[in-house]
Amino acid sequence: MHKNKTRAVIEVKNLSFAYDKDLVLEDINLEIFEKDFMVLIGPNGGGKSTLVKLILGINPLQKGSIAILDKSISKSISQIGYVPQNTNINLNFPIKAVEVVMMGKNSRRNSLFGYKKEEVHYAMQLLEKVGIQEFANTKIGLLSGGQRQRVMIARALYIDPKILLLDEPTSSIDTDGQKQIYELLKELNKEITVIVISHDISILLEYASKVAHINKKLSFHDLGSIKNIETKSEHICEVELLQMLGKCKC
Amino acid sequence: MLEALSYEFMQNALIAGVLVSLISGIIGSLIVANRMVFLAGGIAHAAYGGIGIAIFTGIPIFLGTSLFAVAAALFMAFITINQRENIDVFIGLTWAVGMAIGIILVDLTPGYNVDLLSYLFGSILAVNRDDLYFMGLLFVVILFVITFWYRDILAVSYDSEYAALSGINVKFFYTLILVLSALTVVIAIKVVGLILVIALLSIPVYIAQKLSSSLYSMMLISGVIASVFTLIGLWFSYSFNITSGASIILVSALSLMLFMLFAKLR
Repeated sequence: MHKNKTRAVIEVKNLSFAYDKDLVLEDINLEIFEKDFMVLIGPNGGGKSTLVKLILGINPLQKGSIAILDKSISKSISQIGYVPQNTNINLNFPIKAVEVVMMGKNSRRNSLFGYKKEEVHYAMQLLEKVGIQEFANTKIGLLSGGQRQRVMIARALYIDPKILLLDEPTSSIDTDGQKQIYELLKELNKEITVIVISHDISILLEYASKVAHINKKLSFHDLGSIKNIETKSEHICEVELLQMLGKCKC
Repeated sequence: MLEALSYEFMQNALIAGVLVSLISGIIGSLIVANRMVFLAGGIAHAAYGGIGIAIFTGIPIFLGTSLFAVAAALFMAFITINQRENIDVFIGLTWAVGMAIGIILVDLTPGYNVDLLSYLFGSILAVNRDDLYFMGLLFVVILFVITFWYRDILAVSYDSEYAALSGINVKFFYTLILVLSALTVVIAIKVVGLILVIALLSIPVYIAQKLSSSLYSMMLISGVIASVFTLIGLWFSYSFNITSGASIILVSALSLMLFMLFAKLR
Protein backbone atom coordinates (compact mmCIF):
# COMPACT_ATOMS: atom_id res chain seq x y z
CA MET A 1 0.00 0.00 0.00
CA HIS A 2 1.46 3.34 0.98
CA LYS A 3 5.15 3.60 1.36
CA ASN A 4 5.51 4.21 5.03
CA LYS A 5 8.33 6.65 4.54
CA THR A 6 6.16 9.28 2.90
CA ARG A 7 4.09 11.20 5.37
CA ALA A 8 0.49 12.20 4.97
CA VAL A 9 0.20 15.81 3.86
CA ILE A 10 -3.53 15.77 4.40
CA GLU A 11 -5.22 13.56 6.94
CA VAL A 12 -8.98 13.54 7.18
CA LYS A 13 -10.47 11.61 10.07
CA ASN A 14 -14.09 10.71 10.77
CA LEU A 15 -15.27 13.77 8.96
CA SER A 16 -19.00 14.42 8.64
CA PHE A 17 -20.66 17.52 7.33
CA ALA A 18 -24.25 18.62 6.85
CA TYR A 19 -25.90 21.64 5.33
CA ASP A 20 -28.76 22.34 7.70
CA LYS A 21 -29.89 18.76 8.19
CA ASP A 22 -28.80 17.32 4.87
CA LEU A 23 -25.81 15.12 5.50
CA VAL A 24 -23.41 15.71 2.62
CA LEU A 25 -20.36 13.92 3.91
CA GLU A 26 -20.46 11.10 6.38
CA ASP A 27 -17.54 9.62 8.27
CA ILE A 28 -14.91 10.43 5.69
CA ASN A 29 -11.43 9.06 6.25
CA LEU A 30 -8.79 10.06 3.78
CA GLU A 31 -5.03 10.25 3.72
CA ILE A 32 -3.14 12.04 1.00
CA PHE A 33 0.60 11.57 0.84
CA GLU A 34 3.48 13.62 -0.42
CA LYS A 35 3.75 13.74 -4.23
CA ASP A 36 0.43 11.97 -4.63
CA PHE A 37 -1.62 12.83 -7.69
CA MET A 38 -4.95 12.29 -6.05
CA VAL A 39 -8.20 12.53 -7.94
CA LEU A 40 -11.49 12.92 -6.15
CA ILE A 41 -14.30 11.80 -8.39
CA GLY A 42 -18.00 11.48 -7.84
CA PRO A 43 -21.28 12.80 -9.16
CA ASN A 44 -22.37 16.41 -8.92
CA GLY A 45 -23.70 17.11 -5.50
CA GLY A 46 -21.75 14.13 -4.18
CA GLY A 47 -19.89 16.22 -1.66
CA LYS A 48 -16.61 16.82 -3.52
CA SER A 49 -16.77 20.58 -3.34
CA THR A 50 -17.88 20.46 0.27
CA LEU A 51 -14.82 18.42 1.16
CA VAL A 52 -12.63 20.95 -0.64
CA LYS A 53 -14.22 23.82 1.24
CA LEU A 54 -13.60 22.01 4.50
CA ILE A 55 -9.97 21.34 3.63
CA LEU A 56 -9.51 24.99 2.68
CA GLY A 57 -11.20 26.15 5.85
CA ILE A 58 -14.00 27.96 4.03
CA ASN A 59 -16.59 25.77 5.68
CA PRO A 60 -16.23 25.31 9.44
CA LEU A 61 -15.63 21.80 10.71
CA GLN A 62 -18.64 20.15 12.28
CA LYS A 63 -17.47 16.67 13.12
CA GLY A 64 -14.15 14.94 12.68
CA SER A 65 -10.76 16.45 12.01
CA ILE A 66 -8.55 17.54 9.16
CA ALA A 67 -4.82 17.91 9.53
CA ILE A 68 -2.66 19.47 6.88
CA LEU A 69 1.05 18.81 7.26
CA ASP A 70 0.39 17.69 10.81
CA LYS A 71 -1.34 20.89 11.77
CA SER A 72 -5.02 21.51 12.27
CA ILE A 73 -6.43 23.35 9.28
CA SER A 74 -6.77 26.87 10.52
CA LYS A 75 -3.01 27.37 10.76
CA SER A 76 -1.73 25.82 7.60
CA ILE A 77 -3.97 27.30 4.95
CA SER A 78 -1.01 28.87 3.22
CA GLN A 79 0.35 25.42 2.41
CA ILE A 80 -2.39 24.81 -0.14
CA GLY A 81 -2.45 26.45 -3.53
CA TYR A 82 -6.06 26.53 -4.61
CA VAL A 83 -7.49 26.79 -8.10
CA PRO A 84 -11.25 27.41 -7.92
CA GLN A 85 -13.74 25.80 -10.23
CA ASN A 86 -15.03 28.89 -11.94
CA THR A 87 -12.26 30.83 -13.59
CA ASN A 88 -14.65 32.75 -15.82
CA ILE A 89 -15.58 35.27 -13.20
CA ASN A 90 -15.48 38.98 -13.88
CA LEU A 91 -14.18 38.64 -17.43
CA ASN A 92 -14.76 42.32 -18.15
CA PHE A 93 -12.58 43.30 -15.24
CA PRO A 94 -9.61 45.30 -16.47
CA ILE A 95 -6.73 43.34 -15.03
CA LYS A 96 -3.63 41.80 -16.58
CA ALA A 97 -2.66 38.16 -16.18
CA VAL A 98 0.45 39.04 -14.22
CA GLU A 99 -1.59 41.10 -11.75
CA VAL A 100 -3.91 38.16 -11.14
CA VAL A 101 -0.90 35.98 -10.35
CA MET A 102 0.28 38.50 -7.77
CA MET A 103 -3.06 38.21 -6.02
CA GLY A 104 -1.93 34.78 -4.87
CA LYS A 105 -0.67 36.33 -1.72
CA ASN A 106 -2.12 39.10 0.34
CA SER A 107 0.81 41.45 0.50
CA ARG A 108 0.48 43.25 3.78
CA ARG A 109 2.00 46.44 2.51
CA ASN A 110 0.41 48.85 0.14
CA SER A 111 2.79 50.44 -2.30
CA LEU A 112 0.20 52.77 -3.78
CA PHE A 113 -0.66 51.78 -7.31
CA GLY A 114 2.58 50.03 -8.03
CA TYR A 115 3.91 46.55 -7.65
CA LYS A 116 7.35 45.77 -6.37
CA LYS A 117 9.89 44.66 -8.92
CA GLU A 118 10.51 41.38 -7.13
CA GLU A 119 6.80 40.60 -7.09
CA VAL A 120 6.47 41.16 -10.82
CA HIS A 121 9.62 39.19 -11.47
CA TYR A 122 8.39 36.26 -9.39
CA ALA A 123 4.96 36.33 -11.04
CA MET A 124 6.64 36.30 -14.45
CA GLN A 125 8.65 33.25 -13.46
CA LEU A 126 5.46 31.46 -12.46
CA LEU A 127 3.78 32.39 -15.74
CA GLU A 128 6.80 30.94 -17.51
CA LYS A 129 6.48 27.80 -15.44
CA VAL A 130 2.89 27.31 -16.57
CA GLY A 131 3.87 28.21 -20.11
CA ILE A 132 2.14 31.49 -20.84
CA GLN A 133 4.66 34.19 -20.06
CA GLU A 134 3.93 35.85 -23.41
CA PHE A 135 0.43 36.72 -22.17
CA ALA A 136 1.57 38.34 -18.94
CA ASN A 137 0.29 41.76 -19.94
CA THR A 138 -2.88 40.57 -21.65
CA LYS A 139 -6.21 41.40 -20.06
CA ILE A 140 -7.54 38.35 -18.30
CA GLY A 141 -10.82 38.39 -20.23
CA LEU A 142 -9.04 38.17 -23.57
CA LEU A 143 -7.32 34.88 -22.74
CA SER A 144 -8.71 31.50 -23.76
CA GLY A 145 -10.19 29.22 -21.11
CA GLY A 146 -7.04 27.12 -21.00
CA GLN A 147 -4.76 30.11 -20.76
CA ARG A 148 -6.86 31.59 -17.98
CA GLN A 149 -6.73 28.28 -16.13
CA ARG A 150 -2.93 28.46 -16.31
CA VAL A 151 -2.99 31.96 -14.86
CA MET A 152 -5.05 30.63 -11.96
CA ILE A 153 -2.57 27.79 -11.45
CA ALA A 154 0.26 30.33 -11.42
CA ARG A 155 -1.70 32.37 -8.86
CA ALA A 156 -2.08 29.26 -6.70
CA LEU A 157 1.66 28.58 -6.98
CA TYR A 158 2.47 32.12 -5.84
CA ILE A 159 2.59 31.07 -2.19
CA ASP A 160 4.98 28.23 -3.07
CA PRO A 161 2.59 25.61 -1.72
CA LYS A 162 3.31 22.01 -0.81
CA ILE A 163 -0.12 21.01 -2.06
CA LEU A 164 -1.98 22.13 -5.16
CA LEU A 165 -5.74 21.67 -5.08
CA LEU A 166 -7.82 22.14 -8.21
CA ASP A 167 -11.61 22.06 -8.38
CA GLU A 168 -12.84 20.84 -11.80
CA PRO A 169 -9.86 22.42 -13.57
CA THR A 170 -10.96 21.50 -17.06
CA SER A 171 -14.69 22.08 -16.97
CA SER A 172 -14.57 25.06 -19.33
CA ILE A 173 -11.75 24.00 -21.60
CA ASP A 174 -11.70 22.14 -24.91
CA THR A 175 -10.26 18.61 -25.10
CA ASP A 176 -6.82 19.66 -26.35
CA GLY A 177 -6.55 22.27 -23.66
CA GLN A 178 -7.58 19.73 -21.03
CA LYS A 179 -4.78 17.38 -21.93
CA GLN A 180 -2.28 20.21 -21.79
CA ILE A 181 -3.48 21.23 -18.35
CA TYR A 182 -3.09 17.67 -17.09
CA GLU A 183 0.38 17.46 -18.62
CA LEU A 184 1.25 20.65 -16.76
CA LEU A 185 -0.08 19.18 -13.52
CA LYS A 186 1.94 16.03 -14.09
CA GLU A 187 5.03 18.20 -14.42
CA LEU A 188 4.20 20.13 -11.26
CA ASN A 189 3.52 16.87 -9.48
CA LYS A 190 7.24 16.10 -9.57
CA GLU A 191 7.64 18.66 -6.82
CA ILE A 192 4.32 18.99 -5.05
CA THR A 193 1.24 17.02 -4.14
CA VAL A 194 -1.62 17.51 -6.58
CA ILE A 195 -5.27 16.99 -5.74
CA VAL A 196 -7.84 17.30 -8.49
CA ILE A 197 -11.59 17.28 -8.07
CA SER A 198 -13.34 16.05 -11.17
CA HIS A 199 -16.21 14.10 -12.53
CA ASP A 200 -14.25 13.41 -15.67
CA ILE A 201 -13.00 9.88 -15.10
CA SER A 202 -11.40 9.01 -18.41
CA ILE A 203 -8.72 11.63 -18.79
CA LEU A 204 -7.64 11.50 -15.19
CA LEU A 205 -6.78 7.84 -15.17
CA GLU A 206 -3.77 8.58 -17.30
CA TYR A 207 -2.38 10.92 -14.72
CA ALA A 208 -3.75 9.99 -11.33
CA SER A 209 -1.78 7.98 -8.85
CA LYS A 210 -4.84 7.56 -6.64
CA VAL A 211 -8.55 7.90 -7.04
CA ALA A 212 -11.06 8.48 -4.33
CA HIS A 213 -14.77 8.30 -4.97
CA ILE A 214 -17.19 10.50 -3.13
CA ASN A 215 -20.83 9.84 -3.63
CA LYS A 216 -23.66 11.59 -1.95
CA LYS A 217 -25.83 8.50 -2.10
CA LEU A 218 -23.24 6.42 -0.42
CA SER A 219 -22.79 8.97 2.25
CA PHE A 220 -26.48 8.85 2.88
CA HIS A 221 -26.90 5.08 2.89
CA ASP A 222 -23.60 3.78 4.04
CA LEU A 223 -21.37 4.74 6.85
CA GLY A 224 -18.25 5.23 4.76
CA SER A 225 -18.61 7.38 1.72
CA ILE A 226 -15.09 7.31 0.48
CA LYS A 227 -13.35 4.49 -1.26
CA ASN A 228 -9.65 4.58 -1.90
CA ILE A 229 -8.71 2.67 -4.99
CA GLU A 230 -5.15 2.03 -5.86
CA THR A 231 -4.57 2.11 -9.57
CA LYS A 232 -1.66 1.33 -11.78
CA SER A 233 -2.33 4.04 -14.23
CA GLU A 234 -1.42 2.15 -17.40
CA HIS A 235 -3.50 -0.91 -16.70
CA ILE A 236 -6.88 0.39 -15.93
CA CYS A 237 -9.61 1.65 -18.14
CA GLU A 238 -12.72 3.53 -17.30
CA VAL A 239 -14.90 0.42 -17.40
CA GLU A 240 -12.68 -1.42 -14.96
CA LEU A 241 -12.67 1.53 -12.64
CA LEU A 242 -16.42 1.78 -12.70
CA GLN A 243 -16.59 -1.94 -11.95
CA MET A 244 -14.27 -1.49 -9.03
CA LEU A 245 -16.34 1.39 -7.79
CA GLY A 246 -19.41 -0.76 -8.25
CA LYS A 247 -17.96 -3.39 -5.92
CA CYS A 248 -17.81 -0.89 -3.13
CA LYS A 249 -21.60 -0.89 -2.87
CA CYS A 250 -21.98 2.61 -4.19
CA MET B 1 -22.79 80.57 -23.25
CA LEU B 2 -19.64 82.37 -22.16
CA GLU B 3 -21.51 85.03 -20.23
CA ALA B 4 -23.19 82.22 -18.30
CA LEU B 5 -19.81 81.38 -16.83
CA SER B 6 -19.71 84.69 -15.02
CA TYR B 7 -22.64 83.68 -12.83
CA GLU B 8 -21.62 82.14 -9.55
CA PHE B 9 -24.32 79.46 -9.73
CA MET B 10 -22.97 78.37 -13.10
CA GLN B 11 -19.42 78.22 -11.80
CA ASN B 12 -20.59 76.17 -8.84
CA ALA B 13 -22.50 73.88 -11.17
CA LEU B 14 -19.45 73.26 -13.32
CA ILE B 15 -17.19 72.55 -10.35
CA ALA B 16 -19.81 70.28 -8.80
CA GLY B 17 -20.37 68.51 -12.12
CA VAL B 18 -16.69 67.71 -12.55
CA LEU B 19 -16.18 66.74 -8.89
CA VAL B 20 -19.18 64.43 -8.85
CA SER B 21 -18.15 62.94 -12.21
CA LEU B 22 -14.65 62.14 -11.00
CA ILE B 23 -16.03 60.55 -7.83
CA SER B 24 -18.62 58.62 -9.84
CA GLY B 25 -15.86 57.32 -12.09
CA ILE B 26 -13.95 55.90 -9.14
CA ILE B 27 -16.85 54.52 -7.16
CA GLY B 28 -18.84 53.52 -10.25
CA SER B 29 -15.89 51.35 -11.31
CA LEU B 30 -16.03 49.55 -7.97
CA ILE B 31 -19.81 49.23 -8.10
CA VAL B 32 -19.74 47.68 -11.58
CA ALA B 33 -16.79 45.40 -10.80
CA ASN B 34 -18.45 44.15 -7.63
CA ARG B 35 -21.84 43.76 -9.33
CA MET B 36 -23.48 46.17 -6.95
CA VAL B 37 -25.35 48.25 -9.51
CA PHE B 38 -28.77 47.16 -8.27
CA LEU B 39 -27.60 47.55 -4.68
CA ALA B 40 -26.45 51.09 -5.37
CA GLY B 41 -29.80 51.78 -7.02
CA GLY B 42 -31.52 50.60 -3.87
CA ILE B 43 -29.40 52.89 -1.73
CA ALA B 44 -30.04 55.83 -4.06
CA HIS B 45 -33.78 55.50 -3.71
CA ALA B 46 -33.64 54.71 -0.02
CA ALA B 47 -31.68 57.94 0.40
CA TYR B 48 -34.91 59.81 -0.14
CA GLY B 49 -35.85 58.69 3.35
CA GLY B 50 -32.89 60.73 4.57
CA ILE B 51 -34.08 63.75 2.63
CA GLY B 52 -37.47 63.39 4.36
CA ILE B 53 -35.86 63.10 7.77
CA ALA B 54 -33.69 66.15 7.12
CA ILE B 55 -36.64 68.26 6.02
CA PHE B 56 -38.82 67.07 8.90
CA THR B 57 -36.21 67.63 11.62
CA GLY B 58 -34.57 70.66 10.09
CA ILE B 59 -31.05 69.24 9.97
CA PRO B 60 -28.95 69.97 6.87
CA ILE B 61 -30.09 67.95 3.85
CA PHE B 62 -26.64 66.55 3.08
CA LEU B 63 -26.18 65.40 6.65
CA GLY B 64 -29.58 63.73 6.93
CA THR B 65 -29.29 62.07 3.55
CA SER B 66 -25.74 60.88 4.17
CA LEU B 67 -26.60 59.34 7.52
CA PHE B 68 -29.65 57.60 6.16
CA ALA B 69 -27.89 56.38 3.00
CA VAL B 70 -24.96 55.04 5.02
CA ALA B 71 -27.40 53.27 7.34
CA ALA B 72 -29.09 51.74 4.28
CA ALA B 73 -25.67 50.71 2.94
CA LEU B 74 -24.72 49.06 6.23
CA PHE B 75 -28.03 47.23 6.26
CA MET B 76 -27.45 46.03 2.68
CA ALA B 77 -23.91 44.97 3.52
CA PHE B 78 -25.16 43.04 6.51
CA ILE B 79 -27.82 41.30 4.44
CA THR B 80 -25.55 40.46 1.49
CA ILE B 81 -22.77 39.14 3.70
CA ASN B 82 -25.00 37.01 5.87
CA GLN B 83 -27.68 35.85 3.50
CA ARG B 84 -26.90 35.43 -0.16
CA GLU B 85 -30.37 34.23 -1.04
CA ASN B 86 -33.27 36.60 -1.33
CA ILE B 87 -30.93 39.51 -1.51
CA ASP B 88 -32.92 41.18 -4.28
CA VAL B 89 -35.98 41.08 -2.08
CA PHE B 90 -34.14 43.03 0.58
CA ILE B 91 -32.77 45.48 -1.95
CA GLY B 92 -36.27 46.10 -3.28
CA LEU B 93 -37.54 46.46 0.26
CA THR B 94 -34.92 49.03 1.25
CA TRP B 95 -35.50 50.83 -2.04
CA ALA B 96 -39.23 51.21 -1.46
CA VAL B 97 -39.32 51.67 2.30
CA GLY B 98 -36.74 54.45 2.18
CA MET B 99 -38.77 56.35 -0.39
CA ALA B 100 -42.00 55.79 1.54
CA ILE B 101 -40.46 57.17 4.73
CA GLY B 102 -39.21 60.20 2.84
CA ILE B 103 -42.54 60.96 1.22
CA ILE B 104 -44.52 60.62 4.46
CA LEU B 105 -42.08 62.76 6.45
CA VAL B 106 -42.27 65.47 3.81
CA ASP B 107 -46.10 65.22 3.96
CA LEU B 108 -45.96 65.65 7.73
CA THR B 109 -43.69 68.68 7.63
CA PRO B 110 -45.97 71.66 8.21
CA GLY B 111 -45.93 74.39 5.62
CA TYR B 112 -43.14 72.85 3.63
CA ASN B 113 -43.82 72.40 -0.02
CA VAL B 114 -40.78 70.51 -1.15
CA ASP B 115 -39.88 70.24 -4.77
CA LEU B 116 -39.75 66.46 -5.08
CA LEU B 117 -38.63 66.72 -8.69
CA SER B 118 -35.40 68.47 -7.77
CA TYR B 119 -34.37 65.37 -5.80
CA LEU B 120 -35.61 62.92 -8.37
CA PHE B 121 -33.86 64.62 -11.28
CA GLY B 122 -31.21 66.78 -9.65
CA SER B 123 -30.71 70.48 -9.20
CA ILE B 124 -27.13 71.12 -10.14
CA LEU B 125 -27.80 74.82 -10.76
CA ALA B 126 -28.74 75.15 -7.08
CA VAL B 127 -25.40 73.87 -5.78
CA ASN B 128 -23.96 76.20 -3.14
CA ARG B 129 -20.61 76.63 -1.42
CA ASP B 130 -21.36 74.15 1.37
CA ASP B 131 -22.33 71.52 -1.15
CA LEU B 132 -19.01 72.02 -2.90
CA TYR B 133 -17.10 71.66 0.36
CA PHE B 134 -18.93 68.42 1.08
CA MET B 135 -18.15 67.09 -2.40
CA GLY B 136 -14.51 68.13 -2.13
CA LEU B 137 -14.16 66.44 1.23
CA LEU B 138 -15.67 63.22 -0.07
CA PHE B 139 -13.35 63.32 -3.08
CA VAL B 140 -10.32 63.60 -0.80
CA VAL B 141 -11.56 60.78 1.45
CA ILE B 142 -12.17 58.49 -1.52
CA LEU B 143 -8.76 59.24 -3.02
CA PHE B 144 -7.18 58.47 0.31
CA VAL B 145 -9.04 55.17 0.74
CA ILE B 146 -8.34 54.00 -2.81
CA THR B 147 -4.67 54.91 -2.61
CA PHE B 148 -4.19 53.31 0.76
CA TRP B 149 -6.02 50.05 0.07
CA TYR B 150 -5.70 49.78 -3.68
CA ARG B 151 -4.42 46.20 -3.80
CA ASP B 152 -6.91 44.89 -1.28
CA ILE B 153 -9.79 46.60 -3.05
CA LEU B 154 -8.51 45.27 -6.39
CA ALA B 155 -8.34 41.72 -5.03
CA VAL B 156 -11.78 41.87 -3.44
CA SER B 157 -13.32 43.39 -6.57
CA TYR B 158 -11.81 40.89 -8.97
CA ASP B 159 -12.26 37.67 -7.00
CA SER B 160 -13.69 38.02 -3.52
CA GLU B 161 -13.60 34.28 -2.80
CA TYR B 162 -9.89 34.06 -3.44
CA ALA B 163 -9.27 37.32 -1.63
CA ALA B 164 -10.92 35.83 1.44
CA LEU B 165 -8.75 32.71 1.14
CA SER B 166 -5.61 34.80 0.99
CA GLY B 167 -6.56 36.44 4.26
CA ILE B 168 -8.06 39.73 3.13
CA ASN B 169 -10.95 40.97 5.25
CA VAL B 170 -13.49 40.83 2.43
CA LYS B 171 -16.43 41.82 4.62
CA PHE B 172 -14.71 45.00 5.68
CA PHE B 173 -13.87 46.06 2.15
CA TYR B 174 -17.28 45.08 0.85
CA THR B 175 -18.88 47.24 3.49
CA LEU B 176 -16.41 50.05 2.84
CA ILE B 177 -17.23 50.06 -0.87
CA LEU B 178 -20.95 50.15 -0.10
CA VAL B 179 -20.59 53.03 2.36
CA LEU B 180 -18.53 55.02 -0.14
CA SER B 181 -21.17 54.23 -2.76
CA ALA B 182 -23.85 55.57 -0.44
CA LEU B 183 -21.99 58.85 0.05
CA THR B 184 -21.35 59.09 -3.69
CA VAL B 185 -25.04 58.56 -4.34
CA VAL B 186 -25.86 61.40 -1.94
CA ILE B 187 -23.78 63.94 -3.83
CA ALA B 188 -24.74 62.57 -7.23
CA ILE B 189 -28.39 63.17 -6.30
CA LYS B 190 -27.61 66.87 -6.37
CA VAL B 191 -26.32 66.63 -9.93
CA VAL B 192 -28.54 64.12 -11.70
CA GLY B 193 -31.15 63.17 -9.10
CA LEU B 194 -31.75 59.87 -7.38
CA ILE B 195 -33.54 58.21 -10.29
CA LEU B 196 -30.67 58.85 -12.68
CA VAL B 197 -27.77 58.21 -10.31
CA ILE B 198 -27.29 54.67 -11.51
CA ALA B 199 -26.81 55.79 -15.10
CA LEU B 200 -24.08 58.23 -14.08
CA LEU B 201 -22.39 55.51 -12.04
CA SER B 202 -22.51 52.84 -14.71
CA ILE B 203 -22.49 54.27 -18.27
CA PRO B 204 -19.03 55.90 -18.17
CA VAL B 205 -17.68 52.82 -16.41
CA TYR B 206 -19.04 50.55 -19.11
CA ILE B 207 -17.16 52.51 -21.76
CA ALA B 208 -14.01 52.86 -19.67
CA GLN B 209 -13.96 49.15 -18.95
CA LYS B 210 -13.33 48.43 -22.63
CA LEU B 211 -10.60 51.04 -22.88
CA SER B 212 -8.54 50.28 -19.82
CA SER B 213 -6.23 47.51 -18.73
CA SER B 214 -6.20 48.19 -15.00
CA LEU B 215 -8.66 49.16 -12.29
CA TYR B 216 -6.73 52.36 -11.77
CA SER B 217 -7.01 53.45 -15.38
CA MET B 218 -10.67 52.40 -15.48
CA MET B 219 -11.38 54.75 -12.58
CA LEU B 220 -9.51 57.59 -14.22
CA ILE B 221 -11.02 57.13 -17.67
CA SER B 222 -14.53 56.74 -16.19
CA GLY B 223 -14.07 59.98 -14.29
CA VAL B 224 -12.94 61.87 -17.36
CA ILE B 225 -15.72 60.44 -19.54
CA ALA B 226 -18.32 61.24 -16.88
CA SER B 227 -16.99 64.81 -16.64
CA VAL B 228 -17.28 65.29 -20.39
CA PHE B 229 -20.84 63.92 -20.39
CA THR B 230 -21.78 66.15 -17.48
CA LEU B 231 -20.37 69.29 -19.07
CA ILE B 232 -22.01 68.60 -22.44
CA GLY B 233 -25.27 67.77 -20.67
CA LEU B 234 -25.08 71.01 -18.71
CA TRP B 235 -24.48 72.96 -21.88
CA PHE B 236 -27.58 71.42 -23.49
CA SER B 237 -29.51 72.06 -20.32
CA TYR B 238 -28.54 75.72 -20.31
CA SER B 239 -29.00 76.28 -24.05
CA PHE B 240 -32.40 74.65 -24.39
CA ASN B 241 -33.64 75.26 -20.87
CA ILE B 242 -34.18 71.57 -20.07
CA THR B 243 -33.68 69.59 -16.85
CA SER B 244 -29.94 69.17 -16.31
CA GLY B 245 -29.97 65.66 -14.84
CA ALA B 246 -32.02 64.18 -17.65
CA SER B 247 -29.93 66.03 -20.20
CA ILE B 248 -26.67 64.63 -18.75
CA ILE B 249 -28.03 61.10 -18.75
CA LEU B 250 -29.30 61.29 -22.32
CA VAL B 251 -25.93 62.60 -23.49
CA SER B 252 -24.31 59.65 -21.69
CA ALA B 253 -26.72 57.09 -23.11
CA LEU B 254 -26.38 58.41 -26.66
CA SER B 255 -22.61 58.36 -26.37
CA LEU B 256 -22.75 54.81 -25.08
CA MET B 257 -24.84 53.77 -28.08
CA LEU B 258 -22.39 55.41 -30.46
CA PHE B 259 -19.49 53.78 -28.65
CA MET B 260 -21.06 50.34 -28.89
CA LEU B 261 -21.82 50.91 -32.56
CA PHE B 262 -18.22 51.87 -33.30
CA ALA B 263 -16.91 48.96 -31.26
CA LYS B 264 -19.12 46.62 -33.28
CA LEU B 265 -18.13 48.08 -36.65
CA ARG B 266 -14.41 47.91 -35.96
